[in-house]
Amino acid sequence: MQAEALDGGFADGPIDAARAFRAAMSAMARPGRIERLAGAAPPAPLSRAAGALILTLCDPETPVHLAGAHDAAALRDWITFHTGAPLVGAEDAMFAIGDWDALQPLDAYRVGTSDYPDRAATLIVEMPALAAQGARLTGPGIKESAHLSLPETAAFRRNAAQFPLGLDFFLTCGDQVAALPRSTCVEDI
Amino acid sequence: MTEYNFAYLDEQTKRMIRRAILKGLAVPGYQVPFASREMPMPYGWGTGGVQVSAATLVPEDRFKVIDQGADDTTNAVSIRKFFERTAGVETTEHTAEASVIQTRHRIPETPLSEDQILVYQVPIPEPLRFLEPRETETRKMHSLEEYGLMHVKLYEDISQHGAIATSYAYPVKVEGRYVMDPSPIPKFDNPKLSDCPAIQLFGAGREQRIYALPPYTRVVSLDFEDYPFEASKADHACDLCGAGDSYLDEVITDDQGGRIFVCSDTDYCRGRREAGHVGTQAQDAPMMTEARA
Repeated sequence: MQAEALDGGFADGPIDAARAFRAAMSAMARPGRIERLAGAAPPAPLSRAAGALILTLCDPETPVHLAGAHDAAALRDWITFHTGAPLVGAEDAMFAIGDWDALQPLDAYRVGTSDYPDRAATLIVEMPALAAQGARLTGPGIKESAHLSLPETAAFRRNAAQFPLGLDFFLTCGDQVAALPRSTCVEDI
Repeated sequence: MTEYNFAYLDEQTKRMIRRAILKGLAVPGYQVPFASREMPMPYGWGTGGVQVSAATLVPEDRFKVIDQGADDTTNAVSIRKFFERTAGVETTEHTAEASVIQTRHRIPETPLSEDQILVYQVPIPEPLRFLEPRETETRKMHSLEEYGLMHVKLYEDISQHGAIATSYAYPVKVEGRYVMDPSPIPKFDNPKLSDCPAIQLFGAGREQRIYALPPYTRVVSLDFEDYPFEASKADHACDLCGAGDSYLDEVITDDQGGRIFVCSDTDYCRGRREAGHVGTQAQDAPMMTEARA
């Protein structure tokens, strides 16, 4: 383990995590809304927002899957040191991190069971850009409709069709975060 | 040791609760199991709400607690003090000024805004529990969307009483999928659940469940075409502030059968009286305020 794995955590754990959670909750409660998520300085290629999500939500009870380029030694060490989360394959993950192509195929992840739909994975999708334009979103948390730049729409429609089962997504870019829970209906415009 | 961790709970517990809240928001109305902790107050005093508030609060928040609408009852005062001490947050009694409101059995009369979070204390989160005591069965009923039993219960109300007699904890259906217990709020408050701009979080400590309603979620009170849902209240105006649109408490004033009706939402009532609204018993108002303080 390199010494840099020890840096980049929250400066004040309880307070930074509380603020980060509020931003994450606000994003999940209002799909499509872009929130700012700061406080973490993770090693590349992880974005600051995704780093803050991991520090806020992951611990030894949450298996994490690193997909594609995110499965790098520096990042593995950083997550292990700061959260203690076990690193696992897609099928066992509660959280998965990577860019959209690396996270495929989506049917590898747990979508919950009809008795326990909460036992589904949360995917943190690293985006090249995040903007309130593009696909049209409707559903709980959205007043009339919202727009969000998604990597594609068909996969999210298939995901929403499984409701109440399905995956929940955070989309991150730099220190921005947006969310797309399974309850959101996604349409092309 | 005089210092507490921010908002009392340890970080691992807060992460677990936060994950449950996020899944609750993703599946509106579904009860997410969580590992509820012992809190420094008995079950039934809002341990679920307190844990959800603890996981949600940030230092910049302004926190309000109501107990059946009142800011000044024992439960509300002690929970407010608890977070003043453990989270260092500002507190308020004004609904419009609060960013997080923890509530026992009421939704404030003042409409909530997008920047607010309403945290409910829930005693029995399972709406089907009194109809089917087995958790394995109610879980199956939710997964199969089998809610016939609830309609039978409401139908029996009608056949025995001529109307749906359920007056609080009135069951609702969330986004056409999950039947949910809105906690024992009066059914007068049910319409405020739907299309609400604020985030609504529900915490049941003893029963170890968290559920949630994102803003603008469609929430429908169960009913029948020929016996539609009715949000009812005492047919009276508030005797202190004259409000005809607020939920009322009946207060016995003497042993001669004397009684008055007053707003259950103390902040709403005080706001109206300060704005010059007067009810029929308003001369008693200063005395009432003093007695309740």
